[in-house]
Amino acid sequence: MSTLALPTVDEEIWRYSRIGELDLGSFKLGKLSTKVDALSDAKQIVSSTSKVAARTSTDIFEELNGQHAQLTAIATAKNQVVAEPIVITHFLDESGVVAYSRLVVDANENSEVTIVERFVSSANAKSLVVPVVDIRASQSARVTYVAINELGAATWQIGYQQAVGQRDSTMQMFTVALGGDYARMRAEVRLEGQGASAQQVALYFADENQMHDFRTLQDHAAPRTHSNLLFKGAVKDTAKSVYTGLIRIRENATKSEAFQTNRNLTLSNGAWAESVPNLEIETNDVKCSHASTVGPIDEEQRFYLESRGIQPEIAERLVVLGFFDEVLNRLPALPFIAGLRELVSAKLLGAKS
Amino acid sequence: MTILEIKNLAVSVGGSQILNDVSLTIKSGEVHAVMGPNGAGKSTLSAALMGKPGYVVTGGSVKLDGVDVLALPTWQRATAGLHLIMQYPTEIPGVMLQDAMSAALDARKRDTTNLRSLIATEATRISFDTELVDRAVNVDFSGGEKKRNETVQLAVLQPKIAILDELDSGLDIDALRDCAQRVEDATREMNLGVLVITHYSRLFEQLKPDFVHILTNGRIVKSAGPELADELEVTGYSAYSN
Repeated sequence: MSTLALPTVDEEIWRYSRIGELDLGSFKLGKLSTKVDALSDAKQIVSSTSKVAARTSTDIFEELNGQHAQLTAIATAKNQVVAEPIVITHFLDESGVVAYSRLVVDANENSEVTIVERFVSSANAKSLVVPVVDIRASQSARVTYVAINELGAATWQIGYQQAVGQRDSTMQMFTVALGGDYARMRAEVRLEGQGASAQQVALYFADENQMHDFRTLQDHAAPRTHSNLLFKGAVKDTAKSVYTGLIRIRENATKSEAFQTNRNLTLSNGAWAESVPNLEIETNDVKCSHASTVGPIDEEQRFYLESRGIQPEIAERLVVLGFFDEVLNRLPALPFIAGLRELVSAKLLGAKS
Repeated sequence: MTILEIKNLAVSVGGSQILNDVSLTIKSGEVHAVMGPNGAGKSTLSAALMGKPGYVVTGGSVKLDGVDVLALPTWQRATAGLHLIMQYPTEIPGVMLQDAMSAALDARKRDTTNLRSLIATEATRISFDTELVDRAVNVDFSGGEKKRNETVQLAVLQPKIAILDELDSGLDIDALRDCAQRVEDATREMNLGVLVITHYSRLFEQLKPDFVHILTNGRIVKSAGPELADELEVTGYSAYSN
């Protein structure tokens, strides 16, 4: 077990969270069943036994992950282009357990790889998953990572993503969060090499008593680095969401550009969304912007569609799907992406997903 | 034959009375122009007829073939046969014209099998770039493209009565001519009744009014034939104010 204590909402990074409800001691260690789908040549670069570098833990969950995690490691060779996405699916069926997954991606110089990681649990699995993801993009490497939370409505997630980019690398980090009871992700990118760029794009949609919680960091630690973040969320019924994001431009990161946009739709009176953007800029000669909105569906848009004879609930569905399409259209083309749009649609109609 | 009967309509917005007493009867195939100076209540009339939130009817009645329009929610006013072309059509990010029209036809229990070619035909007819059909409704459209898009929708949905709120604002002459001509054609082809709300008479070159009504201070103060529009061109509205 850990020597560290559970965090509390008094810590800024846990503010608004439901950490106070967690009784970690009541969970025993559980196991995810993990499946990797990839073409045979891509499968050779996936392993579950490699020694990977130890990780600096920021809190008890990362520390416990370091002790107990089930590892998936992916390493590309120099100049290797992995044509088809590698799809990792984790499934949890049990209640009363905590399960730790760790994904380490080492994209070697000028290589290219796309990885999709899906988290699925049965509807009544009252458990906790703690995923940790480390992505390292070497010089000129191109990494696309998609995390999909399709957890059951009783499952908690407390997750960590860190993506580090070297010179002229490109990282695209996607998140689609539809499931979970309380589902949290700390998503950080760090641009360490000149000309590195990162995109972070997320869709989250909570209904009933769900809560989605995102803490993002765009950390610029080299000149001429570029980051762009777009997080779009919706809350329905009595659901909640939190987005807090920080852009940090370090002193040496001159001529960098960083953009951050967080948009939230509140679809019911009882739903609640919080959005807190922050900037921390230690140098001049940079271009930064952030925008954040929280509010119901635009009344003019609703009226426009209704004035065409479209029923209010259909008009709402069109507007919300349109809102999320900006994210869905950027995801890699995979058969189950269309299914995600159906899941969003089903949630809007009030059907249990 | 459809009849839209507006009787003694009174409407307030944000607590101020904007329309005091408006009565108009519009039949299929007829074009009624409601003209008036800025602030007369023209746009309030169109918004109230369509049930826009914030427009409170304080008196009078509106009936479409005997059906109490004011008792219906907006979408049912549309499926009953009313159609509003907005002065400033709203941008709907992420929603394609095809999907919006498909939902609108579904609500009318109309077949959508040939929707795509129907839209393409109507778009071509008024020189609306068919590539815009696959873009989000009105997003990044020019003023002219928005009004052409509105007109395509009218042609696809085939309402009984169309309300044109300042069709002539924010668009170029070519677009105005194409849109006005399409509505004029609809009065013959679909027997469309039209309530055209405008400040100027320039769109009457294509869309010929049968009746012209002057609205000032929330009241219809004069109704006559098309010659009234010509008179207004010379005298302006000052003779009818106060």
